[in-house]
Amino acid sequence: MTARSIRGVAATAMAGVLAAGAVACAAPGGGREGGAGDSLVVGLANEPETLSPLLGYGKDGNSKIFDGLLRRDAGMKLRPALAAELPKVTDDGRTYTYKLRQGVKFSDGEPFTARDVVFTYRTILDEKTNNAAKGELDAIDEVTAQGDDTVVFALKYPYAPFAERTVLPIAPEHAAKGQDVNTGSFNTAPIGTGPYVLTGWSKGEKLTFKANPGYWGGEPKVKKLTMAIIKDDDVRATRLRSGDLDGAVLPPNLVKGFKGDKDKVTLTARTTDFRGVTLPTAGKVTGDPAVRRALDLAVDRAAMVDKLLEGAGRAGYGPVPTDSEWFAEGTERPHDLEKAQRLLDDAGWRPAAGGVREKDGQRASFTLWFPAGDKLREEHALAFASDAKKAGIEVKVQSGTWEVIEPRMKDDAVLAGGGNPADPDFDLYNLLHSSLALDGFNNMAAYASPDVDKALEEGRRSGDKSARKAAYDKVQQGLADNPGYVFLTDVDHLYVVNDAWQDLTTQVEPHDHGLGAGPWWNVEDWQPAK
Amino acid sequence: MARMAGRRLLAAVPLLAVVTFGVFALAAASPFDPAKAYAGTSGLSAGQDVLDRLRENLGADRPFVARWWDWLTAALTGDLGDSASLRQPVTQVIGERVGWSVLLGGVAFALAVTVGTALGVLAARRRGGLLDRTVTSLAYVLEAAPPFWLGLLAVWGFALKLDALPAGGLTDTGSDVVTAGQVASHLVLPAAVLAATQLPWFVLYVRQGVGDALTEDPVRGARARGLSERTVLLHHALRSGLLPVLTLLGSRVPELITGALLVETVFSWPGIASATVEAATKVDFPLLAALTVLATAAVLVGNLLSDLLYGLADPRVSHEEM
Repeated sequence: MTARSIRGVAATAMAGVLAAGAVACAAPGGGREGGAGDSLVVGLANEPETLSPLLGYGKDGNSKIFDGLLRRDAGMKLRPALAAELPKVTDDGRTYTYKLRQGVKFSDGEPFTARDVVFTYRTILDEKTNNAAKGELDAIDEVTAQGDDTVVFALKYPYAPFAERTVLPIAPEHAAKGQDVNTGSFNTAPIGTGPYVLTGWSKGEKLTFKANPGYWGGEPKVKKLTMAIIKDDDVRATRLRSGDLDGAVLPPNLVKGFKGDKDKVTLTARTTDFRGVTLPTAGKVTGDPAVRRALDLAVDRAAMVDKLLEGAGRAGYGPVPTDSEWFAEGTERPHDLEKAQRLLDDAGWRPAAGGVREKDGQRASFTLWFPAGDKLREEHALAFASDAKKAGIEVKVQSGTWEVIEPRMKDDAVLAGGGNPADPDFDLYNLLHSSLALDGFNNMAAYASPDVDKALEEGRRSGDKSARKAAYDKVQQGLADNPGYVFLTDVDHLYVVNDAWQDLTTQVEPHDHGLGAGPWWNVEDWQPAK
Repeated sequence: MARMAGRRLLAAVPLLAVVTFGVFALAAASPFDPAKAYAGTSGLSAGQDVLDRLRENLGADRPFVARWWDWLTAALTGDLGDSASLRQPVTQVIGERVGWSVLLGGVAFALAVTVGTALGVLAARRRGGLLDRTVTSLAYVLEAAPPFWLGLLAVWGFALKLDALPAGGLTDTGSDVVTAGQVASHLVLPAAVLAATQLPWFVLYVRQGVGDALTEDPVRGARARGLSERTVLLHHALRSGLLPVLTLLGSRVPELITGALLVETVFSWPGIASATVEAATKVDFPLLAALTVLATAAVLVGNLLSDLLYGLADPRVSHEEM
């Protein structure tokens, strides 16, 4: 090759680039009209790892490609989906019987039967299946089909919220069987009974769906649905503004930029997405009940909601948000710095050098970890530390990955987050039951209180709602008396959407919010605005 | 020349084996836990028994040497294993993505080389002149600018303010057919940004090389013989001035790969980059190893290519001595 031919190559490359540029000018992309059409493009921050329900996709319902036996409506009440009606509960809450809807077909034309339900649950519970959420189905002892249209779940113990777990999507046995469940083609080419059919998944970029014409609930009006995966908040806001997206999830500070836009509406989803500080029972400082109560009173939750969340959230006093029907009225703990200081004085924590209290030579000081890169948790941690300092307790804020944090959870505090709105049992039991202390990420604070344990068991076993309410009131009162965690806020999820559809709603959302949450939780029911 | 290429290829085989061994060792020594990484957000509510079960299913409790050996022997038979983090076979992950990364990287590289060379030559012609000072200071600014920041700036300017180009993705977000025209228009911004991050190196090297060559005896001689300025510049100065650039070509490959990683993320480009990040943070051994082999091979080929070109461009260099 000579210098001359190098020039030739360069010239060809340049010509190619120019040609690409010319095409770009001829067909400027991205400029879609904002009006209601039959297509919808939404921007999300997180991409699912898999689309197989067998590996945990859509376990909380609203999976679009699939249906569960049950689903939740806008008020989070359970409604029949693939089941014809709500389950019959017999045998003291140990047996759940589901009658199935007739005439439902998977999108490949095969009929849906009880065998598919049994296959789905048995596969998830199989030891070889790498489903990290299978612990949620721990109560199941056996699942069996009776004929084509009845499924019976036998439980190991009476479990009141079990029906909430059966929103889990059902996979077709004929399509998902006979391949490696962990890596097989069903993970990326799913077939379900749901309102939409996957037409493409360009990983890291987007998922595209078309309406399922044979959907048992009627063909959706929004015929084409695209979920664009855009991790960066600013890029998502930019692409929403440029018209590339019809709607997106955004943090509060970026939502402000859309306030004056007449063509867009902002929707605020209430959540059970809490942020709180674990107070490890084994810690010399955090284990002292007086310190726990003082911290619980010293934090200014209202200021956090105002400053950190820009008003998009509420003060939280436990995993049950204050506007939930399960919230124990009267357990709110308003900001009271003086009382916090008095508690510490009475318990023998005396002010010492540097404004940090001491008791028997022990400085009132502990470390608080937050997962690196999570800005919201970082801000919460710093605000918590600054409030604690006013009461004379030093909180050293540190960041790290979960791998760094986890071995230290026993002694150090962690800025935790979580929340599942479906049933109080889901959060309360895992966070507070002493048998789950430091079991994986359950009960990170190693909280242990015999009374709370007893109330948690009553709440999960009793089928009677008022008995359950009384039990969960007891749990929340126990948490107020001896806070093993300082719950700070419940974080609203904000969405900006083109104002082109009627009556958009949101559900109460969990901590995770992927494809199924947001205003598009029921996109199959959307109607164009008049 | 063929012998040199063959020698290099032979040497690459043990090198690749050592590199993958290193990757397995590093990943095993990292604090990341494959079981928890696999569980992802649902891991935060998973109990210990579920995590233990996952660890066993993923083989994460086995020593890394054994895992490496299994991977290596399987890879030699063409089986690259399954990616745990993406829940699909590794060959499928690479097959779906690598083409888009090569397209992006290739276009950006070609753009950087051609534009960089042109600007460098122009700057070298009148060193200290206005053009030289402008180009040089711009190059220094670009050199310091992080690729993701340039990417965001480009999105803000061209997609938002001017509404001239799409802000991301491979095709229009609402479209699910991949057409050449769509890809071309979506390629412009990411490729331009990636090229801009590589540009300063070529500009500065070419400026230096050509500038030096212009003061050398052969060029002064050519000028003295009354050859036109154009002939002097293009045939004499450029040829010897480009030699350092040829070595630069190969050595820029690693940085092109890391640059593409950030640019792909900003522009939601469905290339191999996001899979690489995923593989690393989730300790996905099979995927990580395969991608490392790919990246190492790209660097080796880049170096080989620049050596070959160097030998072709400079008759004084013998390939047999390399």
